[in-house]
Amino acid sequence: MRTFSAWLVLLVMGTAPIAAAELSLDVEIPRLDVSEYHRPYVAIWVQDEDQKVAANLAVWYQIRGSRKGHGTKWLPDLRQWWRRSGRGLEMPVDGISSATRPAGKHELKFNTADSELAKLKPGKYTLLVEASREVGGRELVEISFEWPKKTAEPIKVRGGKELGEVVLTITP
Amino acid sequence: MIRTALFCVASFVALSSTCFAHKVWLRPSQTSLSGSEPWVTVDAAVSNDLFYFNHFPLGLDGLVVIGPEGKEVAAQNESVGKYRSVFDVALEEQGTYRIAVLNKGMFASWEEGGERKRWRGTPATFDGVIPEGATNVSISESIGRVETFVTNGAPTGTALESTGEGIELAPVSHPNDLYAGEEGTFQLLVNGKPAPEMEIEIIQGGTRYRNAQDSARVKTDDEGKFSYKWPEAGMYWLSTSKNDTDTSIPNATQRRLSYTATLEVLPQ
Repeated sequence: MRTFSAWLVLLVMGTAPIAAAELSLDVEIPRLDVSEYHRPYVAIWVQDEDQKVAANLAVWYQIRGSRKGHGTKWLPDLRQWWRRSGRGLEMPVDGISSATRPAGKHELKFNTADSELAKLKPGKYTLLVEASREVGGRELVEISFEWPKKTAEPIKVRGGKELGEVVLTITP
Repeated sequence: MIRTALFCVASFVALSSTCFAHKVWLRPSQTSLSGSEPWVTVDAAVSNDLFYFNHFPLGLDGLVVIGPEGKEVAAQNESVGKYRSVFDVALEEQGTYRIAVLNKGMFASWEEGGERKRWRGTPATFDGVIPEGATNVSISESIGRVETFVTNGAPTGTALESTGEGIELAPVSHPNDLYAGEEGTFQLLVNGKPAPEMEIEIIQGGTRYRNAQDSARVKTDDEGKFSYKWPEAGMYWLSTSKNDTDTSIPNATQRRLSYTATLEVLPQ
């Protein structure tokens, strides 16, 4: 009986932080001094140690007009995301796909109650942010993290040209 | 000069081995596509340089496009120019398309009144070609496959299923899922069966801008499989051939099989 109670306590302690965790992400799209500027396509996802997609968090692409599949033509330019996940999805995906965003800092918040993060098992993961811009460049930044995270300390990475600062904060 | 050239073109249809120096290829505009109605346009040519059309167009008579459902899809806007042929394919379905030019040919030679005669054609036009009283008759068959693959969305396998004829490439790695720095593995089939001891030549495109062909040679193992680690992203040309006696045409004693594929290797 005592052992059982101890297990119960452990179980509750073990699962509770995951259930309450919040993943917050700051993604900066830099302002670029170019003659022809188009907002970049951006994909944000979490993959496991085998590079398998564990959670798709966001895809920003050109959604315009009512025609089915409009704007999806250039999604393969997000080439890592396309390989790992995009090519198997039917766009748009509820809660993941949205329109492209302008230069500036964008804050995204995900609660573990959201289905994509709810399925994350404890372990080592990488957060990837990939950006591809028409007549511009393509860039991929990665942040490794452990799930569940024990401290709320933010992890910062800076892109070279197509992405500015990316900050991952996981609040246990 | 012109006659030799024409003879060579004819030989590509029948026996691609005759003109060793030239490469036969299809080159799709891209291999990984998305969107509501993606199209690919494909160049088809015979040349020394990869992938530059500067010699002869590849005839499109044997063009066969197999769609993701395994059914034949019609190519559009076919055109044969001075140096290349061109056609388009609308990728209306999701999945992988196999685009191939299949050349089935026949070669016959015989003696007639002390003179050596030669004939090239197809099984359909063979009837009555060899006159009565001909001696030293020799008949051979050829099957050549020149192909490439393109995918709308995620790669699928139905279009890649073996037809059981000639040399074919069976996927271990999907031909539209190849990445620089990674190893691609395939199985070669002859008449649908694994083909060991086959030598494959692999050359990356862009030969005009380097000093050497830099061709790699790999061999199939006991299961007909071979692997190659793609050094960088780009279009690659694979080629292999085989002579055997497994003929399908009556009285043919020899069979010449050839295969070439154009594969795109994507950057990481």
